[in-house]
Amino acid sequence: MSAPGTIVSALPAQRIAGLDADFWRRVLIALAVMIAVLLPWAVSDYRVFQFTQAAIYAVALLGLNILTGYNGQISLGHGAFFAIGGYAAAILMHKLGVPYYLTIVPAGLAAFAVGVLFGLPALRLEGLYLALVTLSMAVATPQFLKYFDHWTGGSQGILLRKPAAPLWLPIGRDRWLYYQVLIVLLIAFWAGSNLLKSRTGRALVAIRDHPISAAAMGINLPLYKTCAFGVSALFTGIAGAMAAIVTGFVAPDSFNVFLSISFIVGSVVGGIATVSGAIFGGIFIQFIPNIANQISDAAPWAIYGMFLLGFMYVMPKGVAGFIKERAIRYRQARESADADEAR
Amino acid sequence: MTAALKIATDALLEVRGVTVRFGGIVALDNISFTVAEGQIAGLIGPNGAGKTTAFNVLSRLYKPSEGAVRFAGRSLLALGAHQIAGAGIGRTFQNLALFRSMSVLDNVIVGAHARGKSGFLGNAFRASLGRREERELSETARAMLTFVGLDHLAERPIASLPFGTQKRVELARALASKPRLLLLDEPAGGLNHEEVAELSGLVRRVRDGLGITVLLVEHHMAFVMGISDKVVALDFGRVIAEGPPAEVRCDERVIRAYLGKAEG
Repeated sequence: MSAPGTIVSALPAQRIAGLDADFWRRVLIALAVMIAVLLPWAVSDYRVFQFTQAAIYAVALLGLNILTGYNGQISLGHGAFFAIGGYAAAILMHKLGVPYYLTIVPAGLAAFAVGVLFGLPALRLEGLYLALVTLSMAVATPQFLKYFDHWTGGSQGILLRKPAAPLWLPIGRDRWLYYQVLIVLLIAFWAGSNLLKSRTGRALVAIRDHPISAAAMGINLPLYKTCAFGVSALFTGIAGAMAAIVTGFVAPDSFNVFLSISFIVGSVVGGIATVSGAIFGGIFIQFIPNIANQISDAAPWAIYGMFLLGFMYVMPKGVAGFIKERAIRYRQARESADADEAR
Repeated sequence: MTAALKIATDALLEVRGVTVRFGGIVALDNISFTVAEGQIAGLIGPNGAGKTTAFNVLSRLYKPSEGAVRFAGRSLLALGAHQIAGAGIGRTFQNLALFRSMSVLDNVIVGAHARGKSGFLGNAFRASLGRREERELSETARAMLTFVGLDHLAERPIASLPFGTQKRVELARALASKPRLLLLDEPAGGLNHEEVAELSGLVRRVRDGLGITVLLVEHHMAFVMGISDKVVALDFGRVIAEGPPAEVRCDERVIRAYLGKAEG
């Protein structure tokens, strides 16, 4: 084939490769969903509970990824939105007798409202300054929760009844909760990835990449940035509500600064501006501390730190970024092999 | 007098008495000029003359302390920076201002943002408005990429392309909003000889083929004088000449501004 010919043929080749990538992405998602559905039957009840929590963290991290990864606003305070969701659900159940499954949406909306309110002052702050202000939110959360003890039960927190599986369903409580969390997770990830692939999602990324240019394209920066804060808080609040339901307990000290830091860690380790990264991140922040504990009782956090170092060294763009890069490299290698064959 | 008035009312863009101060520095000092519908107008002047400042006033990045800007009969100064694209003004930037993590196509689709309406909720739940828009916006974007001759690079990451090509993507992005007025900030800057020649043809096609009025800031004299119907020369924040390129080129003050004045 002549040299100009190869340039012309680059177009259909790329299209085909693009379709191919989309096809494989779907296959992978279907596979992942299947594994997630079958998982509870392969592991113990205790592990099922742990995977439930990992799934909850994944939803929280998706929220953080939308804000920090896609929109470029750093938050070190997402534990606060997790707390708001958790307490909103707990108060609705405990004080008002609302059934647990009806608390998730209102809890998310409560977090959304606070997120929007917090997004307004955040408009004037960028980068590290915003990080510090959001950190202050994480620092203050436990004390706020203790202060309003009439509603929150003070430092004792609120004890909830864990929902049991309906009688007609022959599965234990842990599996029942796992499947319900899985359904919320699937809806959240479906909606989240729709959002990020749309006009709105591109606007969020445009603001992160070049705010002045984004405004010149007609993107209303204040509106999108505050909404990004609100939507991010919504996801994390929904996760918080699910955490309250599955653990049957909320207390101020479970929403400390370390929770917020864990979210950032999970988000970066999983892959900061990716949707699937939230899943890997959720698994990391749920299981790595446990594994570190098993390796060394004496110095679990040193082991945790080593895991963190190792992950960042091997996969600087996070697990999802690593997989994406490998897939692209594989495809390029195959394309050039095809081109060689055609010659 | 009546002739001048008539020109003023026919103008698509009318800048009148605009002054911009940064602290004690006067960047633009009471400048006025007009651009008529269908014109290609050039804004020239030595470094620091205030050309980019004038552009940034039109994009509402700077707020003038005095003066008025009217576009298609409405006041631009009443709008916010993000409403300019919707009002019908597209722009490119002096140094590339592309969205560096996106593909070529996505960059151009963002250019059509002002033509869309779908929001957070609709997009998250794949409402029909958003899906229809998605098709329309990406069709528009592909058409604009074809217009600038880059449709074969649509899926490529923007950062992988050479400078001159990225500049053309920026032009396609500005066209995607289907503006009435296109502002080009140093479109020839950093381009080689051939690319400048191609650019001249492209800018003419923007006006003749798409019917878009063009106002460009440029240092490349041969390029500006070659394609402009009208040239406005700035020096130290003031308009020193306005008229057809042949006249402005010979204007004594313009020559002095560029070459300096012999002392003594």
